[in-house]
Amino acid sequence: MDAVIDNLPLYWDGFQMTLRLTLVSAAVALVLGTLLGAFRVSPVPTLRGFGTVYVELLRNTPLTLVFFFFVFVAPQLDIKLPFETSAYVALSLYTAAFVCEAVRSGVNSVGVGQAEAARAIGLTFGQTMTQVVLPQALRTVVPPLINIFIALTKNTSVAVGFFVTELMAIGIRLANRNPADVIAVLLGVAAFYLVITVPAGILAGRLERKVAFAR
Amino acid sequence: MSIVLFDAPGPRTRRRVALWSTVAGVLLAALLVLVVVRLAQRGIFDAERWDIFTEDTETWEALLRRGLGATLKAAGLAAVIALTAGALVAVARTSERRWVRVPAAVLIELFRGLPVVLLMFFSALALDLSIFNAVVLGLVLYNTAVIAEILRAGIQSLPRGQREAALAIGLTPGQTMRMILLPQAVRRMLPSLVSQLVVLLKDTSLGYIVGYVELLRVNRELRDFFGSEYIFSLFLVTAALYIGVNFALSRVATYLERRGSSRAAGGVAPLQPAEGVARDSGPV
Repeated sequence: MDAVIDNLPLYWDGFQMTLRLTLVSAAVALVLGTLLGAFRVSPVPTLRGFGTVYVELLRNTPLTLVFFFFVFVAPQLDIKLPFETSAYVALSLYTAAFVCEAVRSGVNSVGVGQAEAARAIGLTFGQTMTQVVLPQALRTVVPPLINIFIALTKNTSVAVGFFVTELMAIGIRLANRNPADVIAVLLGVAAFYLVITVPAGILAGRLERKVAFAR
Repeated sequence: MSIVLFDAPGPRTRRRVALWSTVAGVLLAALLVLVVVRLAQRGIFDAERWDIFTEDTETWEALLRRGLGATLKAAGLAAVIALTAGALVAVARTSERRWVRVPAAVLIELFRGLPVVLLMFFSALALDLSIFNAVVLGLVLYNTAVIAEILRAGIQSLPRGQREAALAIGLTPGQTMRMILLPQAVRRMLPSLVSQLVVLLKDTSLGYIVGYVELLRVNRELRDFFGSEYIFSLFLVTAALYIGVNFALSRVATYLERRGSSRAAGGVAPLQPAEGVARDSGPV
């Protein structure tokens, strides 16, 4: 137990790194994923195709492999990124595929009649989108988005295998240093993850119940 | 095509769409050509970068048997255990008795909220398991929780009459769960379950981080053995193997989803988006 309390500052450093990885990647993935989602519901076949290929490729690739590409393979192609940047890039690109899917299914969940009625009363495309379709789509999209970001928080731990000193890496360093307290040290790491993931999970559940409405 | 956002296009819109489609296509093709040219300049497509795959079968044997074999072995074992344990925990989670239901809920929330890497490290360092067992246990703990949650959502989405009728004809609560509720929940949730198996398979690659010799680790060993000029070709083949297997599994999920919805009217009661279902429908 002492091993945990004595090393709280180290834990805190690791936790901050994990938080930074989560927040930055979440922001980038949100923008990129929304753009890809727009591609996938657009009337332009080429863009739709591009969106589909991106999502199918990234969703079926393990995150570890994406990391592996940016850390070991990309330098061979003269794309040399610092380890931390590689982690941001890998996490963002991977998560964007899931954000894209959430956005797409959100837009598709809006009843056809809604957009048709909007056009019938003479709203322009922009008005239809901003006043009828998107407000309804947003309700469906938010809970899955939160779950995607919970998964992202957990996924940042993959960076431990690729030279980024985040929470998990601190945990392993401390475990090696205090062989007698391995259990306590790793439970400490677990507690830090749960501090983010459990409240966020409860929030997602609440929101889901709150925004649920009959269609 | 999404028909939510626009009407069937007329001739003018069709021309405009075709124009934009061509512009985007040209841009994307240019990007692709640029990448390929850059790769070619680096000699990626030269025969000597690929000879390890054509000259002898040893590379393939290492990749497929030692690599993919180990990946599938860990994933298969973990999947069987997690599905069984997940069903048990789901039953406990929906139990009438508080002292059964609450611990199950806590267990689910706990293990769902932890990274699989942490669970693997915990099994290896704190429980002192062998690396293979640690990888499997890490996968089992996490996926049991997720599968239990999927099945719980399935059980709770069933019409109440199913359970009431079963009890009314004299089945015990245990029989009701085993013979009436669980089979229907599994059928309803089959697409989500298969998607979760894809996640499980992808997560075996975390074994690379804890030191289990699987596909990605073998890929790295081969690179160390043959030299770094093979890094790109080895990566491409490894990625293709992963994507191929996962894509096949994902297709099964899509197929089941389609089959499920087309049959729903006659067979199992139709799926209404119940609380908690949407939440688990997109595993990451």
